[in-house]
Amino acid sequence: MEMKKGHMTHDTRTRDNAALEVSIGKLRLKNPVILASGTAGFGKEIKDLIDINKLGAIVTKTITLNKREGNPPPRIVETPSGLLNSIGLDNDGLKDFCFKKVPHLERLKIPVIVSIAGDSTEEFLKLTRELSKIKCVKALEINLSCPNVIHKGTKCRFLAQDKIAVRKIIKKIRKTTSLTLIAKLSPNVTDIGAIAKEAQKAGSDAISLINTYPGMLVDTDTMKPKLGNITGGLSGPAIKPLALKCVWDVYNTVKIPVIGMGGIMDWRDAIEFILSGASAVQVGTANFINPRAPLEIIKGIKEYLGKRKIKSIKSLVGKLRT
Amino acid sequence: MKQFKAKVISNKKIAKDHYILSFKAAGLRKKVKPGQFFNVKVNNSYKPLLRKPFGAHKITRKGIEILYKVVGEATEILSTKKKGDVLDVLGPLGNGFDFKSTAHSSAKTGTGSPQPVVATLVAGGHGVAPLAALGKELSDAGHKLSVFIGARSKKEVVCEKDFRKIGAKVFVATEDGSKGYKGLVTNLLKNKLRHTTYDIRDTIYACGPNPMLKEVAKLAKRYKIPCQVSLEEYIACGTGTCLGCAVKTRSGYRLVCKDGPVFDAKEIIWR
Ligand SMILES: Cc1cc2nc3c(=O)[nH]c(=O)nc-3n(C[C@H](O)[C@H](O)[C@H](O)COP(=O)(O)OP(=O)(O)OC[C@H]3O[C@@H](n4cnc5c(N)ncnc54)[C@H](O)[C@@H]3O)c2cc1C
Ligand SMILES: Cc1cc2nc3c(=O)[nH]c(=O)nc-3n(C[C@H](O)[C@H](O)[C@H](O)COP(=O)(O)O)c2cc1C
Ligand code: FES
Repeated sequence: MEMKKGHMTHDTRTRDNAALEVSIGKLRLKNPVILASGTAGFGKEIKDLIDINKLGAIVTKTITLNKREGNPPPRIVETPSGLLNSIGLDNDGLKDFCFKKVPHLERLKIPVIVSIAGDSTEEFLKLTRELSKIKCVKALEINLSCPNVIHKGTKCRFLAQDKIAVRKIIKKIRKTTSLTLIAKLSPNVTDIGAIAKEAQKAGSDAISLINTYPGMLVDTDTMKPKLGNITGGLSGPAIKPLALKCVWDVYNTVKIPVIGMGGIMDWRDAIEFILSGASAVQVGTANFINPRAPLEIIKGIKEYLGKRKIKSIKSLVGKLRT
Repeated sequence: MKQFKAKVISNKKIAKDHYILSFKAAGLRKKVKPGQFFNVKVNNSYKPLLRKPFGAHKITRKGIEILYKVVGEATEILSTKKKGDVLDVLGPLGNGFDFKSTAHSSAKTGTGSPQPVVATLVAGGHGVAPLAALGKELSDAGHKLSVFIGARSKKEVVCEKDFRKIGAKVFVATEDGSKGYKGLVTNLLKNKLRHTTYDIRDTIYACGPNPMLKEVAKLAKRYKIPCQVSLEEYIACGTGTCLGCAVKTRSGYRLVCKDGPVFDAKEIIWR
């Protein structure tokens, strides 16, 4: 009896777990919930608040080749259902990453995805080369969409607005590494599907979207912008409908997996993204409000599948009833 | 640092727009330092979206008291909380005041044991909240206190009695002159420093709006008094993760929620 019971729980557990598994390029994620870049640091910052190993994967804060000090304060302001930020890719650069961040990341049992940005193609390639040598780094998220930095290779405000620049950069990175590549796109474009298609053609294994929406706020007392950098990027529940639309558009134009994000606060939000075509989701701003949100989302997705007797999350992707 | 559900013990109005809310936090008493803060989710909705930071005002066996001023949406909601309501709290966060080493460094005996010092606390507006916790610790350790409280008007002067109870000398400044000195608390401090040999020169701890802290820092520099300031910036995560609460210091950007909120006044590059 004892043994049988044990056997059964083991069986159901593996079945449950298999239901949540997803693949992104060469990555095998035990569930589709990923920590979004810039909202979970390098893991260490949040280790007391959430068991990171229970998640699908973690994307690090974007790193650049050299240290960047970031934008002048104030860097964050709240707005109805949203957070406006202009952090400005404040990070200590590649060397610091290798020596100070990797020792902690190495201990994680889930895939580590490193987000990278550069102000030239050469910088992207240098980062790619060096990061490909680090064992715990399993994938790169190419941040083509930070509203707070400017890239030399394009006349546009973001790389992700320039099809040709996206193609060139992804192509070169693709030639440089065998790591799984995820192109992170900006919603601030006329045709996001077209940009995603270029990234796919150039060899990206997946598309993640969206980064924040460019925005600004004004203080009427001082007549000054509320952000030190004047403009920033909007995240949180305020952008969810806009993000869903982007995910839907991209899902309908590319064959590679789409990783959806933008205002995901609970499991219902996550399911909305999955139904709209996301193979996996990233949780960002929610981490600041409830550090346990990603775990609660996993639990909610599991229960949703259980209640509807859906065997695998994969069969839900893009199954919007239109 | 941990995330926990905290039951409200009480929530009392103590002055115009000022409240003291006490919540249960078993086992935290020895883990919370004056100057540290808690990031509180005031309700379960996206309005407001973010947690809001509040300094520890009183640290007791039962729990933590926060003293807050109603200034907007979140503090308005907080003011409606009743006994038994539950808050989602993250903390304790930040570094807290460094009062042990200050006492040491001002000890002039060379014996290495902490000597009683006269600590000057300068509070502006709700900045008095964490200074009350600090005052209690300093007075328990045998140090003398001079406390400067600045407020808009008489109705907004809080904690005066608490400070007197622990034996502090209290000086009040109100902008409208309805109580004590008429004018800014920093002008009152300046006058005292200029006109007396009064021993308020061992060390200064200040908390309040940025322009006030900037002025206190200037005075501390002029009179060569060690000075710690507790800064405010907009806070999102409160844990050093989002990098949103940066302030400019002589060693580059530092984070209010993690490296602060208490900084050596000399370190800050004021805006
Ligand atoms: C480390 C720390 C400790 C704090 N401790 C206390 C405390 O013990 N007691 C207390 O009453 N308040 C404290 N505050 C301030 C308190 O967090 C804010 O007053 C509160 O978040 C306001 O929320 P609200 O929605 O009511 O008002 P909002 O509508 O958000 O703001 C009202 C006004 O206050 C300004 N403001 C709000 N937050 C900040 C901030 N962080 N920095 C500068 N200006 C701001 C806004 O610009 C606006 O003009 C602390 C802040 C920090 C950073
Ligand atoms: C404070 C903050 C910092 C961020 N930093 C980065 C970053 O370094 N790189 C990046 O690709 N995205 C960054 N993002 C964007 C998020 O990863 C995410 O794309 C966006 O916030 C939308 O998701 P959300 O609404 O769940 O937050 C940041 C977002 C916030 C709020
Ligand atoms: S509030 Fe996020 S780093 Fe300080």
